[in-house]
Amino acid sequence: MIRLKDVELEYENGTEAIRGISLNIEDGEFVFLVGPSGSGKSTIIKLLTGELIPSSGRIMVNGFAVSSITSKKLPMMRRTLGVIFQDFRLIEKKTVYDNLSFVMRAVGATPKEIRKRIPYVLELVGLQDKAQSHPNELSGGEQQRVAIARALVNNPTTIIADEPTGNLDPDRSLELMALLVKINELGTTVVVVTHEKELVNRFGKRVVTIDEGKAISDQVGGYVGGRIHA
Amino acid sequence: MHEHNFGYFFHEGLSNMFSHGFMSFAAIGITVACLLIMGTFSLVAVNANALLEELESENEILAYVDDSFTEAQAQALQTTLEKTPNVASATYISKEEATKAFQDQYPNEQMFQNLNPDIFRDRYAIHLTDLRQTAQTKAALEQIPGIVKVNAYEEISNGFITVRNVATVVCITLILILFIVSVFIVSNTIKLTTFDRREEIAIMRMVGATNSFIRWPFVYEGFMLGLLAAVIAFFLQWGLYEAVARGVASNDTLQLIRVVDFRQLWSQVAAVFAGAGILVGIGGSLSAIHRFLQI
Repeated sequence: MIRLKDVELEYENGTEAIRGISLNIEDGEFVFLVGPSGSGKSTIIKLLTGELIPSSGRIMVNGFAVSSITSKKLPMMRRTLGVIFQDFRLIEKKTVYDNLSFVMRAVGATPKEIRKRIPYVLELVGLQDKAQSHPNELSGGEQQRVAIARALVNNPTTIIADEPTGNLDPDRSLELMALLVKINELGTTVVVVTHEKELVNRFGKRVVTIDEGKAISDQVGGYVGGRIHA
Repeated sequence: MHEHNFGYFFHEGLSNMFSHGFMSFAAIGITVACLLIMGTFSLVAVNANALLEELESENEILAYVDDSFTEAQAQALQTTLEKTPNVASATYISKEEATKAFQDQYPNEQMFQNLNPDIFRDRYAIHLTDLRQTAQTKAALEQIPGIVKVNAYEEISNGFITVRNVATVVCITLILILFIVSVFIVSNTIKLTTFDRREEIAIMRMVGATNSFIRWPFVYEGFMLGLLAAVIAFFLQWGLYEAVARGVASNDTLQLIRVVDFRQLWSQVAAVFAGAGILVGIGGSLSAIHRFLQI
């Protein structure tokens, strides 16, 4: 569950990145955060992951008060999240299997748990045959599926995807979004940041539109040019 | 820390070392050089100290007995002298022995060969425990009834103390400077590794790895760099020391200097090198990783 209450973020140079956003996302929801470039979408993601601390307001993520979280609790909060980036951020020198195993090891999983979990997650994203491949041997779509597998491997409550289709062609983008919908149907909350209106319109999910650091609409339906279609 | 992670941390640390082979080689080389210089100065200080102790033990003060005392009375003073604070030993020297010692100093001076022993006084050759308290001890000895005069060569004692103090200060200063230089070099080497792995560190942080989990592989890397440097430096130091000791022993002038046997020192040298190497390695790695763990 994600709660943002009157969240504001002002940088040291006086720029107001977020201007009083309030937002609730329930467990198991699928939400698109949409808006033009520079609207504050990615800043919200950084606030949710604890990379940025709001100037004012309150943020709760999966039971953790992120706006006032201690450095000791921050890793525990992040273990409830799986984050997917536009540029995949895979470790080139590691195989697909090792890219996944190292994040499991990072949260204290045993070798036995790792051996059991990784084949399951790779099968979920359709990459069971690519475990020993290196990222540079995979297509863009496959690399992004590895990134999804990595986000899923620690069994998070919430998946946060920041422009996950930004580097993919339309077919691969659709395929990837379908995969995120499938993951959502298995019970994981999914928050997708995107500015691809056609893609958003195809899924008929909840859409929160951000513009100039404010949430200007919150509806189930589609999105065209900053306006919402019910 | 989970037990099964030890192998992982060790593997990651080792792999970090080899991924920047040249910088690791440079860090080990610099640390070895610093340990060697530090070790050499320390060993010189140890030998200088041993030499000074030897010279100090030979530096005696003389307490002269009253002429009116019989030999028996003079010898009876020994207990009182030995009980005086800071007196390590007091050796009785009779007038006759003093005369003979004087004559032995001038074997070719005919006029000294028929001296009457009565012109000399009975005396005590006194060794002190702590040369720094020479003046106080001299004053205490002068208070003893029967002791009429005390000759103490305070300027020589003070000279020994000054030499030792200067050697200690120079040694400590050099050790500190070299230690900081080593930490800096190791820190920069590990910074390269952390820079190379910044993406990996960012991902680990994003998935909820604790700071200690992120830190451990780098600490292992620093530990291994430091330990390896210490082992290499130890064997080089050993070889160097033995070579210098052989050189001193075979030199006609220098052979009077007694070089402390390395077998008496090797365990301390090994412990200090291992300790300093590991400290430099771990200190360097912690300083390098610090800024990556701020967010």
